[in-house]
Amino acid sequence: MIPGSFEYVRPTSVEEAIAALVEHGDDAKVLAGGHSLLPLMKLRLAMPAVLIDISRIPGLSYVRVDGDEVAIGAGTRHHELEKDAVAAAEVPILPYVASQVGDPQVRHRGTIGGTVAHSDPASDLPTALLALGGTVVVQGPNGRRSIPLTDFWLGFFETALAEDELIVEIRVPRTGSAGWAYEKFTRRANDWPIVAAAAVGSRGGGAGGPLRVALANMAGAVVRATATEEALARGASIEEAAALADQGTSPGADMHADQEYRRHLARLLTRRALEKAAGAPAAAA
Amino acid sequence: MQISITVNGQQRTDEVEPRLLLAHYLREVCGLKATNLGCDTTSCGACTVIVDGLSVKSCTVLAAQTDGAQVTTLEGLTGPDGEMHPVQKAFREEHGLQCGFCTPGMVMAAIGVLADNPDPTDREIREGLEGNLCRCTGYHNIVRAVQSAAGAGPAAGQVPQAQEVAR
Repeated sequence: MIPGSFEYVRPTSVEEAIAALVEHGDDAKVLAGGHSLLPLMKLRLAMPAVLIDISRIPGLSYVRVDGDEVAIGAGTRHHELEKDAVAAAEVPILPYVASQVGDPQVRHRGTIGGTVAHSDPASDLPTALLALGGTVVVQGPNGRRSIPLTDFWLGFFETALAEDELIVEIRVPRTGSAGWAYEKFTRRANDWPIVAAAAVGSRGGGAGGPLRVALANMAGAVVRATATEEALARGASIEEAAALADQGTSPGADMHADQEYRRHLARLLTRRALEKAAGAPAAAA
Repeated sequence: MQISITVNGQQRTDEVEPRLLLAHYLREVCGLKATNLGCDTTSCGACTVIVDGLSVKSCTVLAAQTDGAQVTTLEGLTGPDGEMHPVQKAFREEHGLQCGFCTPGMVMAAIGVLADNPDPTDREIREGLEGNLCRCTGYHNIVRAVQSAAGAGPAAGQVPQAQEVAR
């Protein structure tokens, strides 16, 4: 399979990339690792006239502590996040979840900014990021703005990013020693999750804030399990709260799972994730 | 557009279409046919090559993206004296192949696994090779081959170009 023809531009600064986005508008797509975009282009589901390759822009790959937050450069590749010592100490859910993306070859190419921009509801890192909370820092012709992660993913392949904006950084709270877990259910080793649940925080709002839960593949975009979070805040048991995990979700059906099975998985994986995050003994299947 | 890539230690400059995939560049432009195209959807790993020391699936990389890079294919592993790479040797000795279609990708991915982890456990080898499918299901001998190659020392996780460039 061969992508349709396009013009290839390779800016060397964020400003140049934004100028290209301004010039080409909707005809352009940004290329980072290309592991979501190129498959779509090979299937001709995406046929951008211009491809803006941002992978040569220096200074977009980093993980550093900035006050109460960890700042991650949008160009940070999954394998870099997986091995990053700062991330391991400050926000340990992220290196683990990065290690669960695809396979090593995919992780050598894919970037955190790319997976955030793509807005696939079955993506691993967005699920963890949504549970963490925090912001996406985007830059456009008029400078930078921050978009809360909870407002960023609008639906299937749809985000709050404007046509002339580039994601430059992801910021998440430092969770340190707070509990966390990521429970991913797949049929085969390197598949996307049929459903996944990420949990971060502490019961009673200790280290890392109150327990938050996000779900993959339970709606058009990654979603928070708000009914579960509210129940936990009211003091419900993990078992009671997890039983509400699929409330307000709208899972799809495909050859892997129907809607009711996905709802079952959301409840089960949420319970397992919460038990792990809270340090409770793991539940039986 | 014009791209300059060091392929198996030889620098070359070619005029290519931006949409040319690295796998097609290696096979059609460079004439290096060891790199196989299997699924063409980033799943099977038959097209795995090493770009700047990291294993990648060349069906999902544009040749243009590797402009300026060092690319190593299976053909680049054998030394000028015909000496096989330790991972190649181990695949032969442990019979780590059946039909052979996945083998070039398996060998390149195995080098990537050993570059990352020179002394992997059985499970780490299996997880490291999760992006490579053997439809003959010959996985046991492939894992044995990677274990055996690990015993050959750090050279098993390196490609000849990377050693030259490291300086």
